[in-house]
Amino acid sequence: MTKAIEIDGVSKRFGPFVALNDVSMSIGDNEFFTLLGPSGCGKTTLLRMIAGFEGTTQGSIRLFGQDIAALEPNLRPVNTVFQNYALFPHMSVIDNVAFGLKMKGMDLPARRKRAGEMLDMVHLQDFAQRMPAQLSGGQQQRVALARALAPAPKVLLLDEPLSALDLKLRQAMRVELKTLQETTGITFIFVTHDQEEALTMSDRIAVMSAGQVQQIGTTQDIYEAPVNRFVADFIGETNLLAVDVAAVNGDVAEVVLPGGHRLRCAAAGLGRGAQTLSIRPERIAIVEADGDLSVLVERVIYLGTDLQVITRAPGGSSLTVRMQNAARIAVPQPGARVGLHFEEGAARLLAG
Amino acid sequence: MAAILPQSDATEVPGRVPFRLLWPTWLVIGAFLLVPVLVMAVYSFLTKEFRGGVIWEFSLAAYDQFFITRGLFGDEPAQIEWTYVTIFGRSIWQAFLATLICLVVGFPTAWFIATRPEKTRGIWLFMITIPYWVNLLIRTVSLKFLIRDNGPLNDALMGTGLIDSPLTLINTNGAVLLGLFYSYLPFMVLPIYAAVERYNFTLSEAAADLYASRWVVLREIVLPVVRPGIVAGCILVFVPSLGAFLAPDLLGGAKTFMIGSLIEEQFKGTQGNWPFGSAVAMILMSLVLVVLMFYARAQSKGGRT
Repeated sequence: MTKAIEIDGVSKRFGPFVALNDVSMSIGDNEFFTLLGPSGCGKTTLLRMIAGFEGTTQGSIRLFGQDIAALEPNLRPVNTVFQNYALFPHMSVIDNVAFGLKMKGMDLPARRKRAGEMLDMVHLQDFAQRMPAQLSGGQQQRVALARALAPAPKVLLLDEPLSALDLKLRQAMRVELKTLQETTGITFIFVTHDQEEALTMSDRIAVMSAGQVQQIGTTQDIYEAPVNRFVADFIGETNLLAVDVAAVNGDVAEVVLPGGHRLRCAAAGLGRGAQTLSIRPERIAIVEADGDLSVLVERVIYLGTDLQVITRAPGGSSLTVRMQNAARIAVPQPGARVGLHFEEGAARLLAG
Repeated sequence: MAAILPQSDATEVPGRVPFRLLWPTWLVIGAFLLVPVLVMAVYSFLTKEFRGGVIWEFSLAAYDQFFITRGLFGDEPAQIEWTYVTIFGRSIWQAFLATLICLVVGFPTAWFIATRPEKTRGIWLFMITIPYWVNLLIRTVSLKFLIRDNGPLNDALMGTGLIDSPLTLINTNGAVLLGLFYSYLPFMVLPIYAAVERYNFTLSEAAADLYASRWVVLREIVLPVVRPGIVAGCILVFVPSLGAFLAPDLLGGAKTFMIGSLIEEQFKGTQGNWPFGSAVAMILMSLVLVVLMFYARAQSKGGRT
């Protein structure tokens, strides 16, 4: 696989503040790659480094094999969709979209045609002569997208482009962005703090925290096999349970749950002793009998498609269970004592 | 001045401000601006009284004097009088140069201040305004002392050995320009600062991201977006420069006679000619209004490409 971007040992310091600490990753051509993390984790800084708005304190960034450290932003074949779109307020929509083409020296008829096609692509052909201030947020977002895609960049950088949109629009745009990425074949590097957004669209995700990469992997990897507590907690919901590892046999560990039941789970390279076990709420079933763990039901939250049952395990840990809202289920009542069954292979031991 | 403000596209004003809030403004403008202008307009069509003042008799003599000459004794065929038109031309040129210099100096200054951290911007702005706490007359006189032949500036230059004999600075066009520039610089800096401060610097990044060089970013994005501030600054410098009389009077010589001085002279002592002074002022005002109207029209069409 050709590498679109190779980031090698990149660090960035602003005075005493370390924004990025020895970050390395490589992003394949034609990949939808997401940088995911809470605000302040360094994901936007990394994106701005690729675009050329920030320099690196250490390390190198290569674009299709070429070191781009010395290139000014206007000489890099990457384009950016900015968080607040940054549309040029004094230019019409079509002029905004044609701007990059004009800068690349394309003649007027050619760039009119190309910009028109781009507007077609984002379904804004009727808005070509409008000014940006006359458009809704979602429309401005599409113009920003068309503008960034018009010069056919090798890599498209997207800095939280959906964060200013309302939920419905955001969900629609997710699908549209993914389709756009697949049809254009351009590498997308997408920055977001929204894990659901990341899971919906990405081929691969880099989870970042405090200036460091926590885990890089496919959406399944990240969700099913988080390498540490941060990733498990940040992506989706998870239950963390203090357990005692009784035995480790290769990849499989045997742990003792509060209450004495033994459970086999993925060892994740950890040894014996006190560890943290992670299990997703939807991988737990409520059973009549004791199950793996006997708990007290504290609260049941109705979520429409799901029911969320919050329980208390012996030892005081709180465990959340998600049940599908089906007609035949028996909804447990608060105060009831029920058993929990952990799905085979769903629980994992976590480092950190 | 409404044209100077940036245009907002169809923004709804929540709870329209009642017009009666404008009464005090109307009162002041009416009593102290409109009425005097009307008086002036009327005076410009009256007959001159020799010891200053006017005779209440309709006459076009003032305008006639401005545009037409009939020789020293008034018995030659009518010809175009160039004296006052020349003074106007010179004044416009001087005001234009003063505006240009203010812009060249003021834009980077405003840019500098607007790009400081938010906490220190106030201090920089304050520093710009400090000299203006002193009366304009005193500042202009001080400038005169600074740049005269054996003043501190020439002393210093000769002390460093850069020049052997004093430079003649005083009583030149250059001195008048310096005076105008010094008087009106903040009127250029402040509106541009206000525009640059609102400027979204991500726009520059977006343009650079779309392959624009630094120069093109300035020309295609920054200048058009902050243009209302620049235009406001230019008008605020150009218009008072055009009618200025302190700087030309104190720093200029006979060759730098400007409109302001011409008007002032007509109202001074017994040599004056009130109708003529009023007429010159009316012509100046019409000129300014025409410039502003052209600007307003250009603005309403918008700077679109």
